[in-house]
Amino acid sequence: MTQPTGFAALYRKMQLIRRVEEECARAYAQGKIGGFLHLYIGQEAIAVGADAALAPTDYAFTTYRDHGVALARGMSARALVAELFGKATGACQGLGGSMHVFDAERRMLGGYGIVGAHLPLATGTAFASKYRGDGGVTICFFGEGSVPMGEFHEALTLASLWKLPIVFVCENNGYAMGTPIERVLPVHEVTSHAVSYGIPCDRFEVECVREVQTRIGAAIERARAESVPTLVECLTYRFRGHSMSDPGKYRTNEEVEAHKRKDPLVRARAELVAELSEAAVAALDAEVEAEVADAVAFADASPEPTADILEPTTYKGPFAR
Amino acid sequence: MPQINMVQAINDALRLAMQRDPRVLVMGEDVGKVGGVFRVTAGLHEEFGEARVIDTPLSEGGIIGTAIGMALYGLVPVPEIQFSDFIFPAYDQIVSELAKMRWRSGGEYSAKMVIRTPVGGGIRGGLYHSQSPEAQFIHVAGLKVVCPSNPYDAKGLLLASIADPDPVLFFEPKRVYRAAKGEVPEGPYTVELGKAAIAREGAHVTVVAWGAMLYEALEAAHQASARGVEAEVIDLRTLWPLDIDTVVASVKKTGRVVVVHEAPRTCGLGGEIVSLITERAFTHLEAPPARVTGFDTPFPYTTELDYLPLAHRILPAIVDAARY
Ligand SMILES: Cc1ncc(C[n+]2csc(CCOP(=O)(O)OP(=O)(O)O)c2C)c(N)n1
Ligand SMILES: [Mg+2]
Repeated sequence: MTQPTGFAALYRKMQLIRRVEEECARAYAQGKIGGFLHLYIGQEAIAVGADAALAPTDYAFTTYRDHGVALARGMSARALVAELFGKATGACQGLGGSMHVFDAERRMLGGYGIVGAHLPLATGTAFASKYRGDGGVTICFFGEGSVPMGEFHEALTLASLWKLPIVFVCENNGYAMGTPIERVLPVHEVTSHAVSYGIPCDRFEVECVREVQTRIGAAIERARAESVPTLVECLTYRFRGHSMSDPGKYRTNEEVEAHKRKDPLVRARAELVAELSEAAVAALDAEVEAEVADAVAFADASPEPTADILEPTTYKGPFAR
Repeated sequence: MPQINMVQAINDALRLAMQRDPRVLVMGEDVGKVGGVFRVTAGLHEEFGEARVIDTPLSEGGIIGTAIGMALYGLVPVPEIQFSDFIFPAYDQIVSELAKMRWRSGGEYSAKMVIRTPVGGGIRGGLYHSQSPEAQFIHVAGLKVVCPSNPYDAKGLLLASIADPDPVLFFEPKRVYRAAKGEVPEGPYTVELGKAAIAREGAHVTVVAWGAMLYEALEAAHQASARGVEAEVIDLRTLWPLDIDTVVASVKKTGRVVVVHEAPRTCGLGGEIVSLITERAFTHLEAPPARVTGFDTPFPYTTELDYLPLAHRILPAIVDAARY
């Protein structure tokens, strides 16, 4: 199996994220995944487009809606699904679960369940890149729900003041849980905040993964070349509820269906078929199916961690009491 | 009397408090139109309107900070923090401002409010949806801390908290939100703050528990009984001010005590309870006081049932105390 490059690779990643999450939704219904499961379905083009513009050594942070960024950065479907199943072979040995995956090798610095908490952390890795002069960039994804949190403003202030190589990507899907943005943000354009922090911004509707790559890519290049932070606002939509336990009664069917008709994944597939052929894309799809099935089987077969993992992972080395 | 669950009982208390007193208002993330993620505030938005049931942005510091200001001006805010794990962005406001208001104004002002928040594990929420931070608030003088275990107490304690002149943190054990059912009278009544309840009488070992772990303690006591050990189980109900008299009276009878809590062991409320007991009943003790608690680790996803101090961990502690 040769790894596709270019646009085919982007499509394949989007499809992988979509299919992994659809299988996870099924596994959740079967009780194999517990607690909370926040799906990224509908938003895949953002993580995949951004990833395509990042270097492997760049740092990424995101929220609890983290499966897409993790897979886009190259975490294996096996490690992700096993983590969601709470298995010892998972990305975090089953300690974290869906909302909290890490991948040090790929500099995926975690999914964060406390809204707003990770924005200053991302500012810190950007600081470290500049301090070390390694040319690294940090990308930090968050929902528009973070904007009223103090950390959003603290992070933007510091990133601007210190001219840090960071791209803040607001994935504005219009809702924070059941609350539409109009009811909780006095100004609906998140990028309006860029003015007060004196940083460049960009705001666009997410329809095409290649456009995401270009536009977030421009911000990444500015960060790398000039050490200037950018606030990017991606207007997007989550097709599923906030999490699996959300019946989503606050949105009309028509609204959801209208957004599904603009699914960036469907568009990417159609464009790829036009560039290659239906058969070639179907072959990619088949590969993805095999990868997803393998990940689920791997997670199913893996053992759960035992309680003796808890204390050794809290501190490094022996901890006397 | 109707059988209802804790969610319904708390909802009922909020409705009654709002009907009786126009100063009472509810605020928080998704508490209004959606009715709360656990549906605790369902129907209040329809009944009282958005001026009194306020959907806030994500902004815990802002929610609690503005609630303090409202309280200074005589309103009685009942803010909800969606999970007690999300209270920390507001910790500064609670610790630095809320808790100190009465003291620093020489008693001229207080910030009377009730912060409601679901607490504890049991829903596989992992590190950010499971913690039990009660001790971190008790350690700050100026706050009262409540944690009911059943619908009757939940309603009566919430109404008492709303009537109380001081700020109250009202922790709602989410593991038993719907599982704990019971008869609850219609109409208002209060359960006095600072009073524990004897949930089960017994002569051999005292077990102190609260919230969701009360049921584990009762189960362990039931199993111990089969081995000839009769445990007295105390439901603390109000964690601060602590009803140490009830606890000490029981320990003087049994000479043995086991304290159970979900929070990590070190500097947990259990340590304080044990200290108070040794100060007041030292010569009555027949066995070292024991704690059955969460571990000194973050709260895990998969191994949640190992982490929680469930009956199978409480039982040996009871039996060991009895046989010491
Ligand atoms: C500090 C904090 N408060 C509340 C929550 C509960 N919560 C989790 S996600 C969420 C909504 C976030 O919406 P948004 O930032 O738009 O992200 P989206 O879920 O849409 O991706 C809320 C209120 C939390 N996790 N952290
Ligand atoms: Mg959102």
